[in-house]
Amino acid sequence: MSSPDARLAAGPDGRPGMAPDTGIEPPVLSLRGIRKSFGDVEVLRGIDLDVRRHEVVALIGSSGSGKSTLLRTANLLETIDDGQVFLSGTDVSDPRVKLDAVRARIGVVFQHYNLFPHLSVLGNVTLAGRTVHRRGKAAAERQALELLDQVGLADKAREFPDRLSGGQQQRVAIVRAIATDPELLLLDEITSALDPELVGEVLELVRTLAQGGSTILMATHEMAFARDVAHRVVFLDGGLIVEQGTPERLLNHPEQERTRKFLTRFSGTGLTPPA
Amino acid sequence: MTNSAPALRVPSEIELDRRLYRRRQNGKSVAIALVSTLVFAALVWLLVVNTPGWTAVQQSFFNLDVAISAFPRVIEGLWLNIRVLFFASIGVLIVSLLLAVIRTLRGPVFFPLRALATGYTDLFRGVPLLIVLYLVGYGVPGLGLFPRMPAEFWGTVALILTYSAYVSEVFRAGIEAVHPSQRLAARALGLSHAQTMRKVVLPQAVRKVTPALMNDFVAMQKDVGLISVIGAIDAVRAAQIETAASYNFTPYVLAGLLFVLLAWPTIRLTDWYSARMRRREQMGSIV
Ligand SMILES: Nc1ncnc2c1ncn2[C@@H]1O[C@H](COP(=O)(O)OP(=O)(O)OP(=O)(O)O)[C@@H](O)[C@H]1O
Ligand SMILES: [Mg+2]
Repeated sequence: MSSPDARLAAGPDGRPGMAPDTGIEPPVLSLRGIRKSFGDVEVLRGIDLDVRRHEVVALIGSSGSGKSTLLRTANLLETIDDGQVFLSGTDVSDPRVKLDAVRARIGVVFQHYNLFPHLSVLGNVTLAGRTVHRRGKAAAERQALELLDQVGLADKAREFPDRLSGGQQQRVAIVRAIATDPELLLLDEITSALDPELVGEVLELVRTLAQGGSTILMATHEMAFARDVAHRVVFLDGGLIVEQGTPERLLNHPEQERTRKFLTRFSGTGLTPPA
Repeated sequence: MTNSAPALRVPSEIELDRRLYRRRQNGKSVAIALVSTLVFAALVWLLVVNTPGWTAVQQSFFNLDVAISAFPRVIEGLWLNIRVLFFASIGVLIVSLLLAVIRTLRGPVFFPLRALATGYTDLFRGVPLLIVLYLVGYGVPGLGLFPRMPAEFWGTVALILTYSAYVSEVFRAGIEAVHPSQRLAARALGLSHAQTMRKVVLPQAVRKVTPALMNDFVAMQKDVGLISVIGAIDAVRAAQIETAASYNFTPYVLAGLLFVLLAWPTIRLTDWYSARMRRREQMGSIV
């Protein structure tokens, strides 16, 4: 994990501060007019979204609204029907771009962890470093152990994934995603497959990453968490971005009727906007 | 983790009683199995020995003197079978893996390759090994394209051709049994298609199909005996020669026994391995 170095000081509310928009540095991720259909269903109908360095953006929206699809297009795991994807200013949706190299710069964590069952925890964490980034075994393992230690899993390094709890597996998956120092981290509902009592430990790790200055785009159903760590919340519905803004603004004072309707479903959490 | 204590704890009266009962039951079942097996074997033995033709059959099939005199030649032949088996296995592993990977390639670019591999497996799974042996053993050398090779060389080639078709299907089933999310996770890390195959998909696929592979290996252990039809002096051919010389079929029985001995360790190993896999899967079934 990158230490919370001189990257940027935390903002006044304890959140990591955002890079000043100097207009020189391009956003880490920039989506322009992304369209994607599955058969007759157009899941994404022209999405524009920027994620700046050190920014944490939360994607919310009802099930089937296309959050996962959007994350996959950002990582080019999904071919797009139209639009452009820029990674730090480079158009990576250009077919001449080497996709494997692009994906190596983005870390992804899935809902169901997707750890490799035939590899130990250490093997999982070092796989990309050794095969894609050509790091030596010793160096890769040293770094992996350091990271595992930081998330309290050093003693599990030699275990196989099926011996770990869901929360532990998901933390390993996060470590695996950040082990190669990606420019951007995509998190797809990483706590929704977990038992409630295991959610905390995973969210805590994401919070640490956010405070460490990682650039994160995450789909989530955890409104309280989104409010807590995100700089910006984006509401997706019907294949379009309906509304976006600071968590405070969007979650408490949504302007759009559809956003309000969506948020009332989380009324039990005390997040409902006043009617 | 925290459950080391129960191992040291003295079990309750009830548990001890249950254990005793189970042990007794076990002992009883073993005794019953043993006795019934012995009785059955004795019955079969008596039945066979009392058939009118037994003495004649014993003379021509179970003659110890003939067996002893045929032994050196048959065992020498078996050594050839073992060498052929060795090279054929390596060849089959390489060719079948290649075929399986080709057949799982996606995209229109690979269509010709895929079609070729599919055609190959369809063809060689259908043609009897014996016919492949004749065609390869007599036909290919007849072309005069290759330097003169011994019959066992062509026998090995024929075995590889036939068995690769079967084994590639086993590998393909294994590859397809690896969940797509595994591939997705590997590609997301930046691994190329080939790296994903090599580091993530194949290791899991091979584990899944090892018992099936071992079964095919056992089948091939028997089928190496067929190379005798194209003139290789293997155990079967040696037995044939000995039989012709002694007017006695015992050498065939000897060769048969030796083949069983050869296959037996693999058969046991397959059983043991599948049992272990089953146990592991049951252990990890609470996902
Ligand atoms: N590979 C696919 N093939 C066909 N349809 C798909 C595919 N992937 C997603 N879809 C469809 O696209 C729509 C959006 O799916 P997506 O998984 O992006 O939603 P989501 O917002 O992530 O939902 P959830 O909150 O349940 O994860 C759904 O209607 C889904 O059925
Ligand atoms: Mg989803």
